[in-house]
Amino acid sequence: MAGTLLEVDGLTKRFGGFTALHRVSLSVRAGERFGLIGPNGSGKTTLINCVSGALAADGGRILFEGRDITTLAAHRRTRLGIVRSFQIPKPFTSMTVRENLGIPLEYAAHARSQAGDADAEAAEILRTIGLEAKAHLRPAELTQIEMRKLELARAMAARPTLLISDEAMAGLSSVEVDDILALLFRLNEQGITIVMIEHIMRAVMRFSERVVVLDAGERIAEGTPAEIVRNPAVEKAYLGE
Amino acid sequence: MVAGLLLGGFYAAVSLGVSLIFGLLDIANIAQPAFVILGSYAAYVMNSSFGLDPILTGLLFTPVFYFLGAVVYRLYYGSFERRGDESLRGLVFFFGVLFIIEVSLSLKYGVDYRLVDAAYIGKSIDLGGVGIAFRLLVPCLVGLAMTLALHLFLSRTFYGRAVMAVSQDRLALRLMGADPVQIKTIAFGVGIAAASLAGALLITIAPVVPSTDRDYIGRMFAITVLGGMGSVAGTLVAAVILGVAESLMATFFGPSWSLAVSFGILLVVLAVRPAGLFGR
Amino acid sequence: MMARPARALLVGLAVVGAGIVVAALRVNQYVYFAGYVVLQYVVIATAWNILGGYAGYVNFGTPAFFALGAYTAVFLIQSTRAPLPVLILAGGLVSALLGLGIGYLTLRLRGVFFSIATLALSIVLQTMIINWEYVGGSRGLSVIRPSGPPFGSYVTFLFTVMVLLSVVAVTVARFIERSWIGRGLAALRDNEEAAECMGVPTLRLKLFATTVSGFLLGVAGAPFPYYVTFVEPNSAFNLDYAVNALAMPMIGGTTSWVGPVIGAVLLGTAQQLATVTISSEMNLFIVGVVLVAFVVLAPEGILGLVRRLRGR
Repeated sequence: MAGTLLEVDGLTKRFGGFTALHRVSLSVRAGERFGLIGPNGSGKTTLINCVSGALAADGGRILFEGRDITTLAAHRRTRLGIVRSFQIPKPFTSMTVRENLGIPLEYAAHARSQAGDADAEAAEILRTIGLEAKAHLRPAELTQIEMRKLELARAMAARPTLLISDEAMAGLSSVEVDDILALLFRLNEQGITIVMIEHIMRAVMRFSERVVVLDAGERIAEGTPAEIVRNPAVEKAYLGE
Repeated sequence: MVAGLLLGGFYAAVSLGVSLIFGLLDIANIAQPAFVILGSYAAYVMNSSFGLDPILTGLLFTPVFYFLGAVVYRLYYGSFERRGDESLRGLVFFFGVLFIIEVSLSLKYGVDYRLVDAAYIGKSIDLGGVGIAFRLLVPCLVGLAMTLALHLFLSRTFYGRAVMAVSQDRLALRLMGADPVQIKTIAFGVGIAAASLAGALLITIAPVVPSTDRDYIGRMFAITVLGGMGSVAGTLVAAVILGVAESLMATFFGPSWSLAVSFGILLVVLAVRPAGLFGR
Repeated sequence: MMARPARALLVGLAVVGAGIVVAALRVNQYVYFAGYVVLQYVVIATAWNILGGYAGYVNFGTPAFFALGAYTAVFLIQSTRAPLPVLILAGGLVSALLGLGIGYLTLRLRGVFFSIATLALSIVLQTMIINWEYVGGSRGLSVIRPSGPPFGSYVTFLFTVMVLLSVVAVTVARFIERSWIGRGLAALRDNEEAAECMGVPTLRLKLFATTVSGFLLGVAGAPFPYYVTFVEPNSAFNLDYAVNALAMPMIGGTTSWVGPVIGAVLLGTAQQLATVTISSEMNLFIVGVVLVAFVVLAPEGILGLVRRLRGR
């Protein structure tokens, strides 16, 4: 397929006797807005962890820009351009907001291309995200939504080609959800491919061009949001018969 | 071999406190062995001044130790857990507590070996050709009784179940209408109270100096980790394994190697299977 | 700003110079004897802090690294009578290897488990030394100092060597702290998973930290046989090293190289005074109480207190 950015091929992951992912395949096209959904425990987070390198897969392959990255360490994948944000924000607590961005700028973005003025780049990202006034605060002084924004800003600082957003909106008010959604749309317009894992159906369905549904570690459906909504298997997975 | 089995029963008694506090509450109380030695000295003092039986003393002192434990936990909670930086500084805190207890004891009682006197110490019975010293048998039996008591406490009482809930399912705890801090205070107190009895058992088995606690850090944590972090039955099995391993090692290679067994086992278990033999 | 490294170099040279001047003054021998211990703690606390303070991995096994340095020296003295610089370098390298080993432990062990493992390591190593007769076994071994130190008495000479080693240790720590390595370590201390996902090669940085920390701890231990002239396992593996190694940075402040130095100088000097005037047990008691008081009341150490006072 032309323009394939990420290709997951027959991915299997077991924890002891429990199979969390069973031969899951999917491919994400460059520039796409891709949704990944499924009930609790369906294996979404495990899949992300395998793609980002936090977990080692037990079977199958992961290709990024045509290159096999199945056994690559997580930080190397980040340098290649696969960057994730965490469901529960994990900021560097001893650093200011600005310094939080400094880590990916130094270790990921500039590890690839030497050029770049870290201060200017950080300032630019903070302006895009809307955190410029908070640059010198520590994460403990931020509100819930600001924490989510910091999580996204830090991911942006790694200069991703593929951004995996793991439930960036859980627990936010609907105004705040719109706020984050608008942000993700803007990032996508800048050419960043986005994989969104989300529980808030309204958000995923509005955002994604294509959606894959996982249930009990298997891929049960794929299609446009409209197709997914009408898919009986999906309905069954969510409502349990 | 028999000595190892008996030692195992005693090790179970010593490790119950860590199993409860570290295994279930996830509090890295490395000062536990120092509390055990404190129990030993309480038994020593009561024995040498009033001729009181060490194990009776251990039992009598459990409320005092419970209270001490509750105070230490409140201090720990207020200083670290509530601020959310318990891991690193909490560890250092308990290391300091261990040191303070140990050094206080050597300041007060010196670094000479202390022992206790009771009617059954020095006697033994003959079981099918194997002589079993009461000195070892009694601590083993008391240790087994303590293990059973803790098991019943955790499975049958309201507070016991609440402790299990703290470690596993916070939602269930809220449904029970219990305050986690209060539950943890109780559990921590019970863990320290167990140290009072364990200390009495320890000084019944062998003479004690303030620095004996260092030998037990490894044993306690080895047993707790090996036993699967907070499983009462696992603790008992792991304690017996360690007891037997140590006496075999002492028999074949000499006593100076026996201490390395527990730490060696601990290192290997930590490196290979951190979830323990009976891990969740 | 350009002159910064140059200025640091000057300060380092000045400290070494001052050390030599003090050594040349030939004041009461006890001053050098006690000064050696304080400086040895500067090295130990600084080395511990590279792993404990910067990377957030609490090492309870300081005695293992220190004693390994000391016993490497004993082994070399016994077998080849190698000169002191060789002993120091060899002691450092052997401890660095041990450090690399515990670095790989961090792959599977974090937080409390790592700390307990380092404690276990210390006991296992001690048992091995106790059972190794060549280096003295449990009874210990007398070490004869080489005749004719380059200058002054041998203790004065060792004191000067320790001044040099302290400057080296502090310079290394300061360099790490201010470089990309230090920023990466701080990130993984705050959140290892997030650091890895932000491109920080966490394993490599951890291995670096454990190795450098181990090296410096071994370096601190290597001159020890010549200092005490009688080495036995209980003094080389003393738990006091474990407590002091973490108490000193905690009291001074763990996030900057200055912290361990302040902590070591204050606590080390206080201990030396207490040993003379009260008793050695009392001085350990004080360490324990001060340590607990600091972690409870001033978690950022003296540096944190100073910062807070300035901030208001």
